[in-house]
Formats: sequence, C-alpha cells, structure tokens
Amino acid sequence: MIEGILIGLQTALSLKNILMVMMGCFFGTIIGMLPGLGPMTAIALMIPITYGFEPATGLILMAGVYYGAVFGGSTSSILINAPGVPGTVATAFDGYPMAQQGKAGKALAIAAYSSFAGGTISAIFLLFAAPSLSKVSLAFRSPDYFALMVLGLTAVSAFSSKGQFLKAMMMVTLGLMLATVGQDSLSDITRFTFNNMNLTDGISFVLVVMATFAMSEALTIILKGKDPSRATKQISLSQLGSIKLDKDERNKMLKSIPRSSVLGFLIGVLPGAGATIASFLAYGMERNYVNEDEKKKFGKGSVHGLAAPETANNAACSGSFVPLLTLGIPGSGTTAVMLGALLGFGIQPGPRLYMTNPEIFWSVIMSMYIGMVILLILNLPLIPYIARVLATPKNFLIPLILFFSVTGIYLMSFNNFDIFLMIGIAVVATFLRLYNFPMAPLILAFVLGGLIEENLRRSLLISDGSFSFLWDRPLTAIIFGGTILLITWQIYKGFKK
Amino acid sequence: MRISTDKIISLLFFILSALYLYQTYQIRVFSFDENAPFNAKTFPTFIAYLGMFLSMLYVVLPERIPSKVDHKVLDYKSTLFLIVIATIYGFIILRAGFFLSTSIFLFFSYYFLGERRWIWMFVLSFPFVALFMFLLHGLLDIYLRDPFLKMLGIIG
Repeated sequence: MIEGILIGLQTALSLKNILMVMMGCFFGTIIGMLPGLGPMTAIALMIPITYGFEPATGLILMAGVYYGAVFGGSTSSILINAPGVPGTVATAFDGYPMAQQGKAGKALAIAAYSSFAGGTISAIFLLFAAPSLSKVSLAFRSPDYFALMVLGLTAVSAFSSKGQFLKAMMMVTLGLMLATVGQDSLSDITRFTFNNMNLTDGISFVLVVMATFAMSEALTIILKGKDPSRATKQISLSQLGSIKLDKDERNKMLKSIPRSSVLGFLIGVLPGAGATIASFLAYGMERNYVNEDEKKKFGKGSVHGLAAPETANNAACSGSFVPLLTLGIPGSGTTAVMLGALLGFGIQPGPRLYMTNPEIFWSVIMSMYIGMVILLILNLPLIPYIARVLATPKNFLIPLILFFSVTGIYLMSFNNFDIFLMIGIAVVATFLRLYNFPMAPLILAFVLGGLIEENLRRSLLISDGSFSFLWDRPLTAIIFGGTILLITWQIYKGFKK
Repeated sequence: MRISTDKIISLLFFILSALYLYQTYQIRVFSFDENAPFNAKTFPTFIAYLGMFLSMLYVVLPERIPSKVDHKVLDYKSTLFLIVIATIYGFIILRAGFFLSTSIFLFFSYYFLGERRWIWMFVLSFPFVALFMFLLHGLLDIYLRDPFLKMLGIIG
C-alpha cells in the first residue's frame, strides 16, 4: 500500500495534475454555485476537455470538479437559500439563517472547514477500504456483478426519486433502451439504428449526459424563468462579515465533524444513497445528539446544524468512489458520469484496476487529499469574489451553457447529426423533468447497460439459459435478495400511503 | 374521467416500449444463434417487457403524488426560441464554420433572452469565440474546420 501511495503522490503532485485539481476545484465551485447546475452538469461539461489528457489527469480534473461543485452548492445555499445541488439542501437549513443574521462569512467558513474535514477523513477511510474491497471483489463472478448492477439501479431509483419509484424505474428502462442502440458487442449485429450510419457505434455517453443534464438544465431554467418561487435573491457582498470563528464555534464544529464523517462515508458507499441522503441523515442525527438548548437553535443558525450536513455530504462524495473504483459499479449519478468518462479512456474500473492501472487508482485517491487542501486554500479567501458569480445574469449564462454543450459534442464527432440528436434528447428530458421523472437513474442505466448485458449473457450461457444463476451462488442470492427487499419496501411504502 | 399528464406520459412510454419490442423482433440474428440461450435479441426483449410492465403499472395504480405544473408561469416562448436557434446553429455549423455560426448563435441567444447591453453581447460572442478557438487551436491542438476563416486566410 505504501508503494501505491507513493505512486499516487508522484502522479498527483506533478505540476500538470496540481494545476488540473486547482482548475477543477475552481470551475467546479463556480458551476456548482449556480442554482440548478450540479456536479453532474459540471463534470459533463468537462468531459470533452479531459479526452485530450491522460486518464489519470482527466480523472483528477473531474474529481476536483466534483468536490468544487459540492462546495459551490453550499455557498449558494448559505448566501441566497438556493442550493446549487440537492446534497446541500440541508446546508441551507442553518446556513441561510446565519447569513441573515449577518454571519454569512462565518457560515461559509464553517462550511469550508467541515467540507475539508469530512472529505479528508473519508478519503483516509477510502485509502484503507478500497484496496481491501478490491481483493474481496476478485471473488465476484458474472452473476454477482449482474445482481449487483440490478441492485444499484433499483437503489438509485428508490432513493433518488422522492417517492416516485415507478417513474424512476421507467427512466432506468429508457436508459437501458438507449444503451442498446448500435452494434451488439459480441455478434456485431446492428440494433435500433434504422439504417442510420451515425448510430452504428451507438449513442455517445457524453451526448446523453450533456443533453439530459447541461442542456436540459439550461432549458429548464429558461422555461421556469417566470416562476416567482425561483426568483434569485440578490446578495450584498459587503454583508458577508468576518470568516473568523470563536472558540465556542470551533468546539461545536469539532464535535459534529467525526460522527458526520463516518456516517457520510458509510452512506456514500451504499449504491444509490449518496450526498443528499447523507446530509439529511447527518442533520437529523446531530439534532438527536446535542442538548436541549442547542436543539432549539436548529433551523435558526446552529453551528452543529450547518457543520453536520456539510461534513457528511463531502464524506459521501469520497465514499461513492469505493464501489466505482473497486467493483466498477457507480453508486450515484455523478460517479456514473465518471465511469462513462473512464470507459471513454479505455479503462475498465473494477478490482483489476488496482493491479493493472495502479497509478490511476492511487492518484485519484491522493488527488482527493490535495483537492481538499486546494479547495480550502483557494475558496476561503476567494469566497467574496467567487460569490459574485451568483449575480451573473441568466441572459448570458444560459447561452454560454448551451454553447459549451453543443461545442463539446461537435468537437467529439464533427458532425451535426449528434447536435440534432442532443437537442432532441434535451427537449424530451426537459419535458420529463417538468413532470418529476428523475434523470440520474437514466444515466446510470445508460452507463451500466452494456455491462449488464455482458454479465447477463455470461451468466445465462453458464447456466444454459436458466435463471437459476440468481440463487445458485450464496453471494448472488444475497445481493438479489437485497433487490427483492428494496422493491418490496417500495411497494409497501406505496400501499401504506 | 380526467387522466393526469403523468399517466399520459406513461401511456406514451408503453407505446414506446411496444415499438421497441417490435423493432427487437426485426433484429436479424445469425442462424446458429437463433436458439442460443442468449443472442442479440435477448436483452432488448427483457427491456421491452419491463418497460411495458412498468408503464402499465403506473397507469393502473392510483397516483401517490401527481405532478403539478403551472403552465401560466412557464416561459415557452423563450425556450422554443432557444431550441430553434440551437437547431439552426446545428444546420449552419458545417457550412459557415465554427467561428461565424457560434458567434451568431451566442449573439442572438442573448438577444432573444432579453439582453440589450450591446457591448457585452458583442464581447461575449465574437471575441469570446475567437479566444475559445485560439485556446483549442493554440493550446489543445484541436483542429476546427472553418470555411469562413479559411476564406479570409486566418486559418489554413
């Protein structure tokens, strides 16, 4: 492991990669700060740029963007009560009241320190958990992978759909349908191409991500532009106040950080859970831990109430890398986007990544530490200036997002069919979003579609066409049982209401 | 009886799944693969039936949280303008080249969204795209075909 850490440090500490982490953190913060644009959009916009780099460098850039976007989301939550990402909704509960009391600077500092601590502590957990899990996951066979991927899709649908499980599952199906367009990987038979040569290689992953996130987000912002509930509040940068914390505030923060880090990391590892659930659970848990006096301050500017969700959402970000790096299965929409980017580099994440590409495996982990430090150094003093981004008029912002989306696709294929396809998918996605059909399950299913088919193919061939492979091996049976339990729970919840 | 938009979308999804199933049966697999436990049709067939089952379930079951969309507050006009202008951009990008088409696309997008600060509109279109192209050509070494700039003799 020491050797791996050194390899990782050597790669992550090269001048180019440090610059990439800095750029990633900076742009991630800016994009994440803009209400409606989250880490997935931020990473999606970066993918075309990363294809010009080495895989490790590209992944380091995307990890920086991820952390930066989560932190940026906290800034808009605190300053204008408009969370940039769902994972920072709980941050607004106490961050925004603090800002209204003239303590916006302190709230931002608590968010920055908590994010740093949560991210760093969970990166240490990742350092130990990932190699161990990699060794365990070598025992995984095709039926286990198939069952695990189905569990991941079910879990993402259950957790990300806000009670709309069936809608999320329909989106999973749509994602799988899109994934089957193009040549079949084994027989090379073309499917669903309608004799269009442009579809022979399938639909590009970047195109689907850009269309369903970046472009669709931009169209949704314009579509809902007249909605008074979405009016962006203006902030006065002169009202930020001091960023220095007193002893009492530091002590309160230090009590919340360890427990929220552990909780956040564990939630992040679970497929489908992630930063949003982690931050809400940490907020609830913290409320139960503190004394009665502190409990009354929750929702009115409590330090505990701000530190806990901020720590947990960053810890969950690191945790979500565990299934991605060790099993090759993303646990969230954001890591699904990263998996797609890795596949684009020709790298298959999974237990063998640890052995075949140790420089990537370790440099991503090490760059997380570096990213956390850079995020703290860069963002804390620059916050008053970075916050000005919140005042960017949408008349300029939206066309620029569209420009980066269209250009990103054009640069990859140099044909306009992809542009039209992207516009078409974005229009459908915008309409579906309006009626609360979640997009994260679609992306996850699209990315996993090929792998699911591959593992199902192997499993069925081994078992001679029988579905008994789902319960023949104890491990497969346990994972498959988890899926059945999750579906049953969702059905039970539906009938109860 | 009034049917909600969510259920109409589900019905459309059912039709999509049915069409997908029809297309699945049109896939020609190799004769030796026809009766194999798994061929190019197998996975799409599962997906199609899953889609039909889920959408029917949504239509049949009572709705827990029906989506409420207030169409009065939605800005369809601006959204449609953007979609149209992006489509036109897609049409002209190969003919007019990246620089001219992108700059015009940005300029008109700002205009249609209600912006009237002409200097900013200009700066964030023509010079901005020129800078972007310089970064692509000069730093990342990505070639962009541009008949317009080629005609002017700016790029080779």
